[in-house]
Amino acid sequence: MQLTQRAKQVDRRPMTWLEKIYLWNIVKGMWITLSHLFKRKVTIQYPEQKRTFSKVFRGLQVLNRDEEGRERCTACGLCAVACPAEAITMEAAERQPGEEHLYKEEKYAAKYEINMLRCIFCGYCEEACPKDAIYLSETFAPSNYQRKGFIYKKEDLLIPNPKENPEAYQQALGERREAQAKK
Amino acid sequence: MAEAPKLFKVTIDNITIEVPPGTSILNAARMIGGDVTPPAMCYYSKLQGSGGKCRTCLVEVAAGSTADPRPMPKLVASCRTNVMDGMVVKNITSERVTDARNGVVEFLLINHPLDCPICDQAGECHLQDLGYDHGKESTRYEFSRRTFDREDIGPYIQLHMTRCILCYRCTYVADQLTDNRVHGILDRGDHAEISTYISKAIENDFSGNMIDVCPVGALTDRTFRFKNRVWFTKPVDAHRDCPTCCGKVTLWNRGDEVLRVTVRKDPWGEVQSYDGKPGWICNTCRFDKKKLSDWVIEGPTKIARHSVMGANHYINAKRPLETISEVMGGRHPRVLMDIHKVSDVNQPEVMLSELPGPATGDTFNGQKLEYSTNITDGKIGSPSNEEGTDSTNPNTP
Repeated sequence: MQLTQRAKQVDRRPMTWLEKIYLWNIVKGMWITLSHLFKRKVTIQYPEQKRTFSKVFRGLQVLNRDEEGRERCTACGLCAVACPAEAITMEAAERQPGEEHLYKEEKYAAKYEINMLRCIFCGYCEEACPKDAIYLSETFAPSNYQRKGFIYKKEDLLIPNPKENPEAYQQALGERREAQAKK
Repeated sequence: MAEAPKLFKVTIDNITIEVPPGTSILNAARMIGGDVTPPAMCYYSKLQGSGGKCRTCLVEVAAGSTADPRPMPKLVASCRTNVMDGMVVKNITSERVTDARNGVVEFLLINHPLDCPICDQAGECHLQDLGYDHGKESTRYEFSRRTFDREDIGPYIQLHMTRCILCYRCTYVADQLTDNRVHGILDRGDHAEISTYISKAIENDFSGNMIDVCPVGALTDRTFRFKNRVWFTKPVDAHRDCPTCCGKVTLWNRGDEVLRVTVRKDPWGEVQSYDGKPGWICNTCRFDKKKLSDWVIEGPTKIARHSVMGANHYINAKRPLETISEVMGGRHPRVLMDIHKVSDVNQPEVMLSELPGPATGDTFNGQKLEYSTNITDGKIGSPSNEEGTDSTNPNTP
């Protein structure tokens, strides 16, 4: 039964002596190799060189702060319920008097964890977030020797404070976010 | 004399049903069920005199009765209008009704703070459902919203007046269920607010039921405040032998912890009735029995398929058998990572159900018995929180 039109008939005749020494085939293969020396390279020297990210690239999550450096997350749990891999967990707490400069709203995430072993970087958490508190950055390729290093806690996820450390904040925002902010 | 009373024939959205005289259009529609039923924010069939305030249940009456088949000129509130024989009602088949309902929802949301990410009612909020069905994407209201400080009425109930839609249900509960009402609606019109007179605490034994009748998050359970989102808790039907109430409740669990106790709800979001009597529960059952051993578990609560409560709950899931130890001759696999040694979330030693108030940051950082008192709350004798950026603060963007 013929399934496609592209099936190729295989020549099953015994090879001649000239064919048996494979000289012509070797030359043909080496010619391809040689021709690639003069073509544009498809690889880059990572990590010295880096590619520009696509607009929709989804890397590691970042927990955002507002312009005054307060945490935006209110532990509403929408990211956790949207997460198809069930990687996000959190504990909510009530903001106490004197903590107004730390947390934007009366409720905040006392603990916030993303299990990066589970995360599939689908970006649903970013879409679900009503407070613009979580977004996927351009950072990728996390590596660690142990599994416990992949349980990312709030201190791993939080963006640097824009008031105390504006340079690190800008860097953490990434190129895309900066471009967005300029618009 | 003993002849059965004549049944009235009423047609709602082209579905005909026979109901006894004196039935309201809303209740006739509830007998049919499904999408035909108008939403109701203030009407509560178990509370006498409720209804007629929110106007979400407006329907069009296309023909008044067989005797007088003229249509009613205006849309009528279906919770307060009784059926007539041969009445033809249009609910979802009428464009006028949908349009009016959209307008009503817009009005209800005018002063609503939309702080659903913080609100404990989110996920089981009738205003949220209504807003999803009929609401607009954005508001046309340009003025600052009506705001109030949040207030503790009694040790168990917290009142967020900003979220209130003035349905009066809670005052009916206090009037009809408890012996003396100490809270009510003060002022009129735009200034109207629910409050206890001179912030007198509500100490009636059935006062907790006003949390359940509140269609929005205005009255919330302080013992559940911020402990978890409702859709992460697992609802379980349970009962106990209670001397004061029926003792039939729904427990909202996280693991083996009882985070919240509520009445059982019927499909209309009202308290379920047993032998014709509504199953209100007492404050002891609701606020003090937060241990699994206090209750006899009946089984998981049935949740509507499309409800957010059902998200990530796998009722019929069958766990695969742990076969490794059988294959390995009784040896158990070496666990490479115990999640509790790494994770700070869901710490086994933190018992949220034992805290009488919301957790603070310290609760999860070693001081497991730490909980928040009402320092930021507006109370008589203490300054209200004006510096903060609460949803309750008028200066919040």
